[in-house]
Amino acid sequence: MSETKRDSQLVTPIRPTLAVFKFASCDGCQLSILNLEDDLLALGQALDIAYFPEASSEMREGPYDIALVEGSITTPEDAHRILSVRKQATWLMTIGACATAGGIQALRNWGDVEAFKRTVYPSPQYIQSLSTSTPISEHIHVDFELWGCPINKAQLLRVITDLLAGVQPRLPTHSVCIECKRRGNVCVMVAKGIPCLGPVTRTGCGAICPSMGRDCYGCFGPAEGLHEGPGLPPNTASLAKEFHQGLRLIPVEVLRRFRGINGSVRPFREESQAWEQNDRDR
Amino acid sequence: MATQSNNHIDVVPKVLLQQLIDVLSAKGYRTVGPVVRDGAVLWDTIRQIADLPIGWRDEQAPGRYRIEQTDSTRIFGVVHGPQSVKPLAFAPREPLLMIERSQGRISIQPTMPKSEKVAVLGVRACDLAGLAIQDHIFLKDAYRDPYYRTRRDGLFLIAVNCTRALATCFCASMDTGPRAGANFDLALTELDEEMLVEAGSEAGREVVRALTCAPASTTQTSEAERQIEACADSQTRQLDRSRLPQALYDAHEHPRWDDVAARCLACGNCTMVCPTCFCHSVEVAPDLTQTGSEQSRLWDSCFTQEHGYIHGKNIRPTIKDRYRMWLTHKLASWIDQFGTSGCVGCGRCITWCPVGIDLTEELPALLKSSTQIKEESIQS
Amino acid sequence: MTLFSQATVNATPNPYLIQPATIVEKIREAEDIDTYRLRFVDEQMRRRFRFAAGQFNMVYLFGVGEVAISIVSDPEEPETLDHTIRMVGRVTKAIAQLQPGDELGIRGPFGQGWPLDDAQDKDVLIVTGGLGCAPVVGAIEYIFRRRNQYGGVKILHGVKTPHDLLFRERFDVWRQHPDTQVLLTSDQPDKTWHYHVGVVTELFEQVVIDPSRTIVLMCGPEIMMRLGVPILMQRGIPPNAIYVSLERHMECGIGLCGHCQLGPYFLCKDGPVMRYDRVASWLGRTGV
Repeated sequence: MSETKRDSQLVTPIRPTLAVFKFASCDGCQLSILNLEDDLLALGQALDIAYFPEASSEMREGPYDIALVEGSITTPEDAHRILSVRKQATWLMTIGACATAGGIQALRNWGDVEAFKRTVYPSPQYIQSLSTSTPISEHIHVDFELWGCPINKAQLLRVITDLLAGVQPRLPTHSVCIECKRRGNVCVMVAKGIPCLGPVTRTGCGAICPSMGRDCYGCFGPAEGLHEGPGLPPNTASLAKEFHQGLRLIPVEVLRRFRGINGSVRPFREESQAWEQNDRDR
Repeated sequence: MATQSNNHIDVVPKVLLQQLIDVLSAKGYRTVGPVVRDGAVLWDTIRQIADLPIGWRDEQAPGRYRIEQTDSTRIFGVVHGPQSVKPLAFAPREPLLMIERSQGRISIQPTMPKSEKVAVLGVRACDLAGLAIQDHIFLKDAYRDPYYRTRRDGLFLIAVNCTRALATCFCASMDTGPRAGANFDLALTELDEEMLVEAGSEAGREVVRALTCAPASTTQTSEAERQIEACADSQTRQLDRSRLPQALYDAHEHPRWDDVAARCLACGNCTMVCPTCFCHSVEVAPDLTQTGSEQSRLWDSCFTQEHGYIHGKNIRPTIKDRYRMWLTHKLASWIDQFGTSGCVGCGRCITWCPVGIDLTEELPALLKSSTQIKEESIQS
Repeated sequence: MTLFSQATVNATPNPYLIQPATIVEKIREAEDIDTYRLRFVDEQMRRRFRFAAGQFNMVYLFGVGEVAISIVSDPEEPETLDHTIRMVGRVTKAIAQLQPGDELGIRGPFGQGWPLDDAQDKDVLIVTGGLGCAPVVGAIEYIFRRRNQYGGVKILHGVKTPHDLLFRERFDVWRQHPDTQVLLTSDQPDKTWHYHVGVVTELFEQVVIDPSRTIVLMCGPEIMMRLGVPILMQRGIPPNAIYVSLERHMECGIGLCGHCQLGPYFLCKDGPVMRYDRVASWLGRTGV
């Protein structure tokens, strides 16, 4: 008689294999993993780290139970390589703004990459580069996205813990403001007139910038709804209008607020484009 | 506005007020008061009167808070900051349970907060009213909350009657201030040279007995009275509650909700600064080895996606739904639930809204009939 | 240390305190529905725990969270507690991985259940729709265990497709009882379906109702209640004789977390079963 099989796809092996892949990125999110300190040891015990070139020269071949992907797709070669990463991974999560949203390098999406190449390289003909930087989800199916530049260690651990328990990971999607107020911070926008993106940005960082008296610049991406689920896009239009009318930012300054690390994600992209138009109309 | 009580009123010269903190300290209290930080006042431990924002003044307007040093000698010139007394009893993050698992067996330990005697110096009437509402919810409703109870029992409340109103204040129209009603241990009224002291509890009377003070003169009490009255009269905002709750229930399909939804960021700031908002979520935080899991409650907001979520759908998917939920609860269904308005007129939701949405403007607009709206548009 | 002793250490009973319970049996009801028979680990909890029909518990899974689940077993046998759980969300899908002998946690009982005392000596009309309405299954079993205390029983159940018909065997058992009518309908039938075709409200025409002595219990999508209740009222049933079971997100179960509000009600403590006339003006409103 055969063994009874447990009936959930999320049930993971006792010590699942982990692989960490890098695409166009600064390695900061991978460093966040290495900076887990005590938890890194626990992670190493709970998971079989099979492929993590940033951390170890021992690299085993796939398939892998869990793949973490850092970085965006900016070259034809990477656009091809990500397909093979997907084939090797049972469950795949992007880590950080580059992989999840295209990253700061997605500013090229508004520029002329050929002109950049001619300016920077003496022999631009050898540079193989795409004209855009795109998130991983535009190329393959992604099981979960971890926002942030860099990612938050506690969020990473939380997702891995859920996976190990066979539970669908879930993270809050609300604004940074809620966490900021829970921490007892004074709002930098209301008390100092600093144009803060906290009201439209996803929580997860622990409100670190406002805790230091600085404005949030949206590195965890837009709050709430983006690709899927019952959320709605944040009301960037109202915040942008307040930046302009209340805090006296000129349109190009409003544009730059939204066109940052996560500037390519739809709600932020559309807002910055609206102010680009506004700036042209002036 | 709460009327003047029949309690005995004493007077302490302001230069001797340090005694109050010292007496409290001798009785085992840590004193907490408003302290200037990051461009506002926040609650923090104080050891001397000089730690208080002497001479500072706050100006508040929709979406705007500024604080500045003046040459005044007023100790309590700042009306309030973003925090009401709420976080001192209903903690923003409260660990509830520590759950351990070993060989499939679970064991559960409550993680009660440390009980601590805390004297809060400078509580405004609106915040006392807010605290009374939270006391009702957490301690007098169907279930009693022992976490709230532990923190609340340690509080010794020193109110300060308001003699200056902010542009955003409307406590007079909510009958919650500017004079502190019940629910305080001591209530102070600040005059130029002296502080009037009124005890509102036995614990408060005990503290007064240890102070160097004398009975206040009629001149002093009537001057205090005059200033409090003037503060009430100077309030420019108000909220007409006469047709609530029904009129707001009836306004469910009013076009004004679309208008406010276009401005609202659904960021939740109004709910966080509100002295009465009590929504919370329960966070489960297991460790990586799955042997321990901490269960905590966190301040939550009806403006989040998660708040209205059930089985893959959202009961309140739009910002309009969420703002309507918040305002209808605060000003209408709260009355049915707890017998009072959920608003105490502190004005924080107006000040700390990043885009300055003002409920005292929204409510009258929402209660306007379609005929009124039509007539007004014809006139203009 | 036993948990009971901890509960008494605190001067105030702690409504957030979870009590461990063992899964003594897991009964498969349908492809994605199981009934979990739970028994408190602590002996004193077993003796002390009492509940009313239709109340719910917050069921806790270690490291994942809590979910509100009706107690469907009989209140007169509180030694073990049956919870029928459908795999729909994060917590319930994870609970489905558990086996007898594993432990869950319980807080409760909470809420207001079906008015089964008021319904005594009356006819009971039960109208349900959609996938497996577990809360009402408990009420039906309660009534049949005390069959002579109730008048006529009519069970009307509507599903979208025949595949959605859960508890099929139970319907067959129920229809054997005296003075009992069981009517089923599907609005997207296949050729195996030999019951009525259409929506559940059409079944009203097939039953004789004495409005002066009928209590209605409804459980299902809110749209079914909004469309069904006016028809029942036309048949003469007063709105205060109609009870509906409503669903909202619940985190605390004790009316403190604020999530389960429906107008002025907290469904966790005022509900989840509500008398229709109290909630009539709130059903069908968007965004409440």
